[in-house]
Amino acid sequence: MLDDKDRIFTNLYGIHDWRLAGARARGDWDGTRELVLKGRDWIIEQMKASGLRGRGGAGFPTGLKWSFMPKSSPDGRPSYLVVNADESEPGTCKDRDILRHDPHKLVEGCLLAGVAMGASAGYIYVRGEFYNEAQRLQAAVDEAYGAGLVGKNACGSGYDFELYVHRGAGAYICGEETALLESLEGNKGQPRLKPPFPAQCGLYGCPTTVNNVETIAVAPTILRRGGAWFAGIGRPNNTGTKVFCISGHVERPCNVEESMGIPLRELIEKHCGGVRGGWDNLLAVIPGGSSVPVLPKSICDEVLMDFDSLREVRSGLGTAAVIVMDKSTDIIKAIARLSRFYKHESCGQCTPCREGTGWMWRVMERMVKGQAEIEEIDMLLDVSQEIEGHTICALGDAAAWPVQGLIRHFRPVMEQRILAYRSERLGRLPPARAA
Amino acid sequence: MPKLKIDGIEVEVPPGTTVLQACEILGIEVPRFCFHERLEIAGNCRMCLVEQEKAPKPIASCAMPAADNMVIHTNSPRARKARQGVMEFLLINHPLDCPICDQGGECDLQDQAMAYGFDRGRYRENKRAVKDKELGPLVKTTMTRCIHCTRCIRFATEIAGVEELGATGRGENMEVGTYVEKALTSELSGNIIDLCPVGALTSKPYAFTARSWELRKTESVDVLDAVGSSIRIDARGPQVMRILPRLNEAVNEEWISDKTRFAYDGLLRQRLDRPYVRRDGKLAPATWDEAFQAIAERMRGLAGNRMAAIAGDLACVESMFALRTLMDGLGSPHRDCRQDGAAIDPTARAGYLFNTTIAGIEDADFCLLIGTDPRWEAPLVNARLRKRWRRGGFQAARVGARTELTYPVEELGNDPSILAAIADGAHPLAERLKAAKAPMLILGMGAIARPDGAAVLAAARRIADACGLVRDGWNGFNLLHTAAARVGGLDAGFVPASGGRDMAGILAGAAGGEIDLVWLLGADEFDMGRLGRAFVVYQGHHGDAGAHRADVILPGAAYTEKDGLYVNMEGRVQEGRRAVFPPGEAREDWRVLRAFSGALGRPLPFDTLDQLRRRIAAACPVLASRETVAAAPWALFGVAAAVAAAPFRLPVADFYMTDPICRASTTMAECSELYVRGEDARTGTHG
Repeated sequence: MLDDKDRIFTNLYGIHDWRLAGARARGDWDGTRELVLKGRDWIIEQMKASGLRGRGGAGFPTGLKWSFMPKSSPDGRPSYLVVNADESEPGTCKDRDILRHDPHKLVEGCLLAGVAMGASAGYIYVRGEFYNEAQRLQAAVDEAYGAGLVGKNACGSGYDFELYVHRGAGAYICGEETALLESLEGNKGQPRLKPPFPAQCGLYGCPTTVNNVETIAVAPTILRRGGAWFAGIGRPNNTGTKVFCISGHVERPCNVEESMGIPLRELIEKHCGGVRGGWDNLLAVIPGGSSVPVLPKSICDEVLMDFDSLREVRSGLGTAAVIVMDKSTDIIKAIARLSRFYKHESCGQCTPCREGTGWMWRVMERMVKGQAEIEEIDMLLDVSQEIEGHTICALGDAAAWPVQGLIRHFRPVMEQRILAYRSERLGRLPPARAA
Repeated sequence: MPKLKIDGIEVEVPPGTTVLQACEILGIEVPRFCFHERLEIAGNCRMCLVEQEKAPKPIASCAMPAADNMVIHTNSPRARKARQGVMEFLLINHPLDCPICDQGGECDLQDQAMAYGFDRGRYRENKRAVKDKELGPLVKTTMTRCIHCTRCIRFATEIAGVEELGATGRGENMEVGTYVEKALTSELSGNIIDLCPVGALTSKPYAFTARSWELRKTESVDVLDAVGSSIRIDARGPQVMRILPRLNEAVNEEWISDKTRFAYDGLLRQRLDRPYVRRDGKLAPATWDEAFQAIAERMRGLAGNRMAAIAGDLACVESMFALRTLMDGLGSPHRDCRQDGAAIDPTARAGYLFNTTIAGIEDADFCLLIGTDPRWEAPLVNARLRKRWRRGGFQAARVGARTELTYPVEELGNDPSILAAIADGAHPLAERLKAAKAPMLILGMGAIARPDGAAVLAAARRIADACGLVRDGWNGFNLLHTAAARVGGLDAGFVPASGGRDMAGILAGAAGGEIDLVWLLGADEFDMGRLGRAFVVYQGHHGDAGAHRADVILPGAAYTEKDGLYVNMEGRVQEGRRAVFPPGEAREDWRVLRAFSGALGRPLPFDTLDQLRRRIAAACPVLASRETVAAAPWALFGVAAAVAAAPFRLPVADFYMTDPICRASTTMAECSELYVRGEDARTGTHG
């Protein structure tokens, strides 16, 4: 269990003052000037040493990502930092608490990340539904400007860094980094083709790095306490602390900062009061937000919560949004609901996702009732595999994986449902007349 | 130069080449729907997925730049499986109504489904239905068939320059449309029909009239403007069913204007299908003999210099040359092919050509427009200018009336005196023209078809000289013609012989009783009232202004009905070919002239088209070439004089109503009412 002294988000629950004075009291904005003056190479080196992997879901090493940004600009294009605060993954609510209870961690992180990538400006793209959070973040940015912490000569370091808060209009796809850039530019939120990657050609055609809120918000503490400290928490290649969002059939759903690699069972039982009705009442867990495949109880018993452990069991850490389902859950219906979500949120740009998500959802709806053929389970799996990896962005994968997880672990349930439906219908049919 | 391996073959390609293009270099066909080489890459159909070794998933070859050491498999089981998946997805919500779809037989989806489709569907759910959109009188929509490739959106935005099409909604509810339903306000809108890979956008006038495989396809050239677009005439039996563009990088790329594409229904209406002779003030049907006799009688005893000939805008080189030869034989020096009175100097070819060439626009970096609206006068020249502007580093300025041209134009004002100021270096534009690397000017007919036209022409020439528009290997002086026959007529010498009258002179002579007979070769675009009491022979194909005034009508062939040479504004000699026969007793124009000369007892010295063409080549060597443009030597032209202060007027008042064929077309009439005359034209009796 994570020691209190190693906690980064010391106001995750909003019991202290979120304003600048409170944030300073908790250690934010302490020695930021010196960190800036140590320069971009030092910052990137520390980030690499910390082993921090992106907290938005894909888990790409952050220091490495920052190092992709061009060191100089022969053509005069500026570099940009974009913070992805379009937190829309079902089950996930960590960024929201950072935005409303600890916004200064993010603002300070923006400055330091901006320095690390030589960015002249940062844009924080906040999910449209987060109205109050955006207001609070804006207030924090205004405070920082007022105190000279960002803007011209930020923190008295001589570095100029502008920071803007931008509200989205509430589309899940705008959390995809290139769709986010499109939306930020004022276009329809549709993912761009890669390559070119944002680090070469991003916002307004300039080098851009898009990072998750949590990734940026932990950076100041890492730099203050050193990359080695962060790397000392968790397991190799899965270092540091992470905010987990546990929801569903637990006694006390919560957000909690824990070390990476904590066993799933420990996470649920220590922080959430355990599964409703006891651990044996557990049916399945979606460990990383709606996009990752579901895990049955047998795997949940042992699995550790980090990128590599979850990948080994063919799921993923994603955003670390743990969705717990006890035995009262209709697992087919639960996954069908996710299919409906992805069908609704598909941007419609590329064929497999546009057509396939609707197809999967409709088949899933029939599967819920059992109104299908046994062979259609394999067909559904095949359809999901035709979507997976064939789309422009990862939404296609995200739509396919829950269905694949369901079929992988709960095929007997699906078959049973189909047989039950069939026998019920047969029972209701009038008896066949003798010839 | 990245070197990569595709299907086991090594290939080295220029940097920036995509994998799909690299495949094409090797002759490997990769299926695609959204990719189009003239549009920006969208990468959304996913049909072009190929397998790349060491890549975790298949890549979209249309968007992936070729890189060193890539190993690509275009036909591996994985690539095929991926494409089959995409094809299945495209088909699940496609209505599969091929038997009643106009695209049937020339549909990309149909073709690709043969290669990648299954023989049965696995989709058991209800198919999607999408409400059709109303896009005006030219483009018919069946939006349920749409596969969302966004080619039409990209064409409208990038090439046509009208940001009117877009996609609304998302996911499976995404729909292509205009949001607020309206007709596309582009003169190039018909091209989205060709671009649409399925039957979502089809031709409204052509709807349900023919199947592509029953059409006879004739490669020809368009004459409804002076661009000379390459076209394919699709005919069935005696009727032209539709007109499509043909690839010609030098002229129209693969686009044509809506007029070129849709005016063909005018070929069926108002046709002159038999000779007429005016008797007791009324035109009465006659035989060819009677018509010829009537003319011969009128000519009897008439001195040559009391006869004149005027060629219209759609005439082919052969008919003008034959008529010129006939008039020469009769001793008449009065003839002109400039029925709008444009003060073109026929002695210097560089003075009446679009010297830069249409493709050459892409090398220019500054363009001065004088009294012209290229969007209506030559839509494909305008499309090239826009293409050049989109690439960046290009500026356009204009002296003349303002119109929207789909790219930014610095409007200097409609004041002809600016021309002299530029030539004298008094106007700031002069310095910018001089500083430009490849400056060009485009002089419109509106600037020179006026009494002081020769002075305007001279002023433009002076600008060209003073500002360095003509330099080694570059000629930036351009005349933008509106008539397909014009350059051919000038080349073939259909201009006043020595001592002859020009257009204005002929009209003055006819009004003043000095000209007694006027032969109109398809000339309709001037006020017939000015012909006075002259005896008028109208030789042409449509019952338009000229035919109404005529004393004798000789029915001729339209451009789809004869083999003929046309010279476009660049001086490019192109061959039009016969797709159908002229209606009724109408005949090809050179044959009519040859027959009349026989009836007159002064037979013209040729009996076949081949002989005629050989004579033309002998008389005018430039007309012996085909499909090429030879640079014309820079020479003196124009008459230096004061330019009047009157502002320039645009020559095309209504894009859809410029010639007899368009005026007979109901499609063009609908367009004119919708796009040009608008609500103002409606009266209380309109529905």
